[in-house]
Amino acid sequence: MAAASCTLRSTPLPAAVGSPAARSLLAAPTRPVRANQRCLVAKAQKRELMMWEALREGLDEEMERDPTVCLMGEDVGHYGGSYKVSHGLYKKYGDMRLLDTPICENGFMGMGVGAAMTGLRPIVEGMNMGFLLLAFNQISNNCGMLHYTSGGQFKVPMVIRGPGGVGRQLGAEHSQRLESYFQSIPGVQLVACSTAANSKALLKSAIRSDNPIIFFEHVLLYNVKGEVHGPDYCQCLERAELVREGTDVTIFCYSRMRYVVMQAVAELEKQGYNPEVVDLISLKPFDMETISKSIKKTRKAIIVEECMKTGGIGASLSAVIHESLFNELDHEVLRLSSQDVPTSYAYELEAATIVQPEKVVAAVHKVCGVRVAA
Amino acid sequence: MLAAWRTVAQRRQCPRAPALLAAARHLASQTAAASTQSASVAAEVPSSSSGSEPSARLLSSSQQPEERMDFPGGSVPFTAAMSFLGGTFSPRAPLPCYRTIDSAGLAIADADIPHELDQETAVKMYKTMVTLQTVDVIFYEAQRQGRFSFYMTSSGEEATAIGSAAALTNDDVIFSQYREQGVIMYRGFSVQDMAHQCFGNIHEQGKGRQMPIHYGSKALNFHTISSTLATQLPHAVGAAYALKLQKRNACAVAYFGEGAASEGDFHAALNFAATLKAPVVFICRNNGWAISTPATDQYRGDGIAGRGPGYGMASLRVDGGDARAVYNATAAARKIAVEQQVPVLVEAMSYRSGHHSTSDDSSRYRAAEEMRQWRARDPVARFQRWLVDQGWWSDAQDTSARQEARRDVIKALETAQKAPKPPLSAMFEDVYARMPWHLEKQQAEVFAHVRTHPDACPADIPVK
Repeated sequence: MAAASCTLRSTPLPAAVGSPAARSLLAAPTRPVRANQRCLVAKAQKRELMMWEALREGLDEEMERDPTVCLMGEDVGHYGGSYKVSHGLYKKYGDMRLLDTPICENGFMGMGVGAAMTGLRPIVEGMNMGFLLLAFNQISNNCGMLHYTSGGQFKVPMVIRGPGGVGRQLGAEHSQRLESYFQSIPGVQLVACSTAANSKALLKSAIRSDNPIIFFEHVLLYNVKGEVHGPDYCQCLERAELVREGTDVTIFCYSRMRYVVMQAVAELEKQGYNPEVVDLISLKPFDMETISKSIKKTRKAIIVEECMKTGGIGASLSAVIHESLFNELDHEVLRLSSQDVPTSYAYELEAATIVQPEKVVAAVHKVCGVRVAA
Repeated sequence: MLAAWRTVAQRRQCPRAPALLAAARHLASQTAAASTQSASVAAEVPSSSSGSEPSARLLSSSQQPEERMDFPGGSVPFTAAMSFLGGTFSPRAPLPCYRTIDSAGLAIADADIPHELDQETAVKMYKTMVTLQTVDVIFYEAQRQGRFSFYMTSSGEEATAIGSAAALTNDDVIFSQYREQGVIMYRGFSVQDMAHQCFGNIHEQGKGRQMPIHYGSKALNFHTISSTLATQLPHAVGAAYALKLQKRNACAVAYFGEGAASEGDFHAALNFAATLKAPVVFICRNNGWAISTPATDQYRGDGIAGRGPGYGMASLRVDGGDARAVYNATAAARKIAVEQQVPVLVEAMSYRSGHHSTSDDSSRYRAAEEMRQWRARDPVARFQRWLVDQGWWSDAQDTSARQEARRDVIKALETAQKAPKPPLSAMFEDVYARMPWHLEKQQAEVFAHVRTHPDACPADIPVK
């Protein structure tokens, strides 16, 4: 596992290469993020950082602010993490608070649970989200349960984070999307970051939260650049982000699919459509306030996700939308998801497994009708 | 290239670039052949350069023979002899079992007693054993009568639990498996507390959410029991890590059975604790049976204590039926853990005299003779004999203590059974710090259903 991750780390991400396609794919959204988060604090100065730097800065700020915050996982200390999220922090905080562990995901997940119940705020890093399948027992049976079964006596304020999602030809075992597997676990909260700004601000909130938070990063987004907020800005974990205001259709997405959708939006705008794009951010619980407000306006919904179709986040969201907003819909909710197959290594097959912008455009045509550009 | 490797190793500025350093040493010119650094051997490269280029030729056999193999994990001596160790090849003798009182309860002469028991502690230990035995018998019967759904006795293991608990301080954080009720009782969990938990009523700390015998008390530093085997072992390592960061004069203690020690979490926890130097005392109750699986079908090595040295951990095997030995073993282990900040493994050999649980009938798979022999070595009787020999206990005290315990236990059961159950709303609380909308919605649906279908809710659950 370690060897493959080293290979991954040295593989240049599309955004790092200056191709126009890559630039547009990972460009910042065309409209600014609407400031509808309830937890907005000071409007500190903004700077541009890559997502890994933004996460690192958030981690650094929280570790400085609260001595009970610590990070544990494989290669997170001296090596600085496979994606550099803890790069150099051991020099500032020491080997104990940036703890390198032996290779056993269930072991260090359990260790995180025990530490959290004993007064610390541990962040457990999975080198790849897929490896946390080995930690499922501890996450489900203990992390999510012990606050409840102990009658509220013991809390588990931990953050479980790491890169997931389909990368570039990493093979099936390194292309796992675990958000759908974790979503049923009672007691855990699921958050997916997507920009440099929200990754830092959400991580800070997750660390301060008393709930166990599973924090999904995407393997291809670590080099995405964006403005970040100052040390006092924390983003609400339960709030979706309105990426683009629109009227024709609501497109729900999260993580890297935000960029795939925005790439499709660039094309849809030319064709005369006005889609509304909502980045879910909170995969559990869903932000029903933002979701229902948007659907009541557009009356059409498309869900674009990277997890598999069967039992995915979209499956839950679609059910919830149909149950609670049935009369607000003019069309059944469409789900664009990955195929229910292990992700192939071959480039074209991998690309065919996940949702591409063309599929999003076609889905909007289906739901809104084909239009002639004005 | 060699210079580049050296530079990288230096730039990393951490002791953990031994791979690079070892490689550099191997290819560097032999300048310290006669040095006292016997841990590393550098072979001479027959090149006239300044040593910055490794020779492409193989090292000549006329050079000084290499004595040790340096590798990222350390250094080991070479040998030209091939000899397997372990398994059927030169098997090691099993670790001996430390005891201070024999099977009849007589003190063994010249036994190591680094931590002598004083009268107050010894009497408290024994009284707790008496209460524990009474609880185990009566609660088991209560389950049989249908008063609550499940129970597990710890007959035959009273000395392991109580002997070890007596050697700990209240700051030591305890993680147990399920058969260590003696530990929480010694800490101060009352019979009434136990009865409340088994009935899942409004008075118990767990708010009626866990099944019987899954005790937990933050006040007593005893973590709520989770049914999953061995998951508490990594928890203990995490707790020890927290204690280490907080620089507390305390350790974490993890109890488990020899069957649970087959789980992956056992390996993970011991490896982590040793590697990360976490102050944990691992206490294994080897009671010979994992439901119907005898220990001979559970492992092939030297029990559980035999594994400890493999992890680099100090290990001790002790007679789990000898409360005084268990007390000493635990006190000594705790001292090592706290003072040296390292983990320790203690394996307490005993016997599960009762069934696995109320869902089991062990006469189906165990010989009556075996059970009879072990019951004759009852740890409580052995400790009682020793206590009497010290002049600290009498038969009259014993009779009255047992009568009192019986009265208390019966009364506790009656009180717990009559107490109200937690309300329906408790089902949805504490899943998160604050109730999210989807749980509010589900709670509202449940209440709406119950109000229109009152039979759907048990009569003793308040609908509020």
